[in-house]
Amino acid sequence: MPEPLTPPNGRTASEAIGNAGAGGTMDFAASEAVSIGLATAPTARARSLWSDAWHDLRRNPVFIVSALLIVFLVVIAIWPQLIATGNPLACDINKSLLGPAPGHPFGFDTQGCDVYTRTVYGARASVTVGVCATAGAALLGGVLGGFAGFFGGWWDALLSRVSDIFFGIPIILGGLVFLSVVTNATVWPVVGFIVLLGWPQIARIARGAVITAKQNDYVQAARALGAGPIRMLLRHIAPNAVAPVIVVATIALGTYISLEATLSFLGVGLKPPTVSWGIDISSASTQIRNAPHMLLWPAAALSVTVLAFIMLGDAVRDALDPKLR
Amino acid sequence: MGRYVIRRLLQMIPVFVGSTFLIFVMVYALGDPVAALFGDRAPDPATAAQIRRDLYLDHPLWQQYTHYMAQIFQGNFGTAFTGQPVLQLMGSAWPLTIRLTIVAVIVEGVIGIILGIISGMRRGRSVDTGVLVLTLIVVSIPTFVSGYVLQFLFGVKWGVVNPSVSAAAPFNELILPGVVLALVSLAYVTRLTRTSIAENTRADYVRTAVAKGLPRRRVILRHLLRNSLIPVVTFIGTDVGALMGGAIVTERIFNIHGVGYQLYQGILRQNSPTVVGFVTILVIVFLVANLLVDLLYAVLDPRIRYA
Repeated sequence: MPEPLTPPNGRTASEAIGNAGAGGTMDFAASEAVSIGLATAPTARARSLWSDAWHDLRRNPVFIVSALLIVFLVVIAIWPQLIATGNPLACDINKSLLGPAPGHPFGFDTQGCDVYTRTVYGARASVTVGVCATAGAALLGGVLGGFAGFFGGWWDALLSRVSDIFFGIPIILGGLVFLSVVTNATVWPVVGFIVLLGWPQIARIARGAVITAKQNDYVQAARALGAGPIRMLLRHIAPNAVAPVIVVATIALGTYISLEATLSFLGVGLKPPTVSWGIDISSASTQIRNAPHMLLWPAAALSVTVLAFIMLGDAVRDALDPKLR
Repeated sequence: MGRYVIRRLLQMIPVFVGSTFLIFVMVYALGDPVAALFGDRAPDPATAAQIRRDLYLDHPLWQQYTHYMAQIFQGNFGTAFTGQPVLQLMGSAWPLTIRLTIVAVIVEGVIGIILGIISGMRRGRSVDTGVLVLTLIVVSIPTFVSGYVLQFLFGVKWGVVNPSVSAAAPFNELILPGVVLALVSLAYVTRLTRTSIAENTRADYVRTAVAKGLPRRRVILRHLLRNSLIPVVTFIGTDVGALMGGAIVTERIFNIHGVGYQLYQGILRQNSPTVVGFVTILVIVFLVANLLVDLLYAVLDPRIRYA
């Protein structure tokens, strides 16, 4: 049975256009990415969507630059000692707020800690939160949204209402309320919160992609040949619906890192002694008049990290979306 | 249309109840408000019990919620623990946030659409690439970073504006905070306009308009722009609610005592009436904005009909 004339990527106009509502920055690419589910139309060339995309990506300078940056970030997140020999928690109060000195290129913060070492070590918290939260949200949202799109009916209606509820809560506000209860100083409450508020966005994209893929002839053929729902989902629909989810998840990774820093800045995200750019920027903000270097370096590191992931998502989207060529 | 509106209004009810209840539970989990009221000292048990009774805190959670909502719909938002009625707090906070949002919407609308038209019309040229790179960079800088950096540059270093906004918060002092609040949405509006313009330049009606000899300016303004702006206008409409909720960071940086400031203070001091009251209004604003946007969409684009 072909799906009746539902718009594939949403139920109402505003959802199809922006769905930027409560998610704020998180939804940056959502509406642009939903159309990728259509990317499976047969092309004259015999290449598959993925090898075609890879062929494009290898020649895209944006992709190369962002991928190299991300590899670098992941490496220093795992082994910060490679480029920073000091200890981020070893501070000398006598050097409080001093500018750059030999061996300390970024100067010192209020506590007299080396800003360079702390900036390098800050990558770990950001990358951990970003990767774990994205994995969680993509898995949860992908599975729930995929099932909603495939089975439709009451399950779909229920999921849509539940995700509406989460969209109705402004995200920073929700973080303030939810996380100020938590006393645990690890990254996991932050990851959990981001997954909790992040999955509906990905579920919506996955739902739209599955509905689009479900209408394809080869899925109808598989059904006619007697394939069960699990086989149809795994073999025929999922491989063709996963592209938009990957794109949105990559861009979401960047915005989740930014969200973690914002929450840490507001004092409810990560807590010392965890080294985090958000915490460092927050403590630098009171010293901005006499020691702007304290704010500049962690802020630059944070922005470059977010930029790298958003650029990667952008490049992948361009490669996977033939409409833009 | 009428039936559609009614259906949408009915659909709003579970969403409204769900999100306000979720916030209510979270605020409830913040800790004992009566203990927070007394700070470090232990309250006298009889006094504490009396306060609990007065504040309806001796009932189960769901009864507290229904009682609270019933009060709200009678226009009684309760009293903050400072003794100020929450309505009075709202009266001072909402105008500031609304003004800030107006500035932000104007900034993102005007600048975003102009940049979007420029890059959409010159697709693939260096201007286009430049604007695209610029939007990526703007999106990557978190609001609290851009806020402090711009505040430092314009307010402290160059002394162009006052680094913190005065209590009255006239429009001219809100320009910088408004720009900071709008930056991320501005990038989004630019990209949306660009995509929309670039798609529509190949539309049949544009070719017709060019073919019948209309001047280029008229083709762009009357035919191309009008159709391309539909998704942009609807996006800006949905964004209003998000901007109001997202003003927490901006209001903190520029010391604006608006909704975000009151919410932040309310959460820090476990002041549940303030938090739940403000959030309830925010959720209503958000839901109504979404509905209006969907209706506006049908008005702007006659191809869409709601039955």
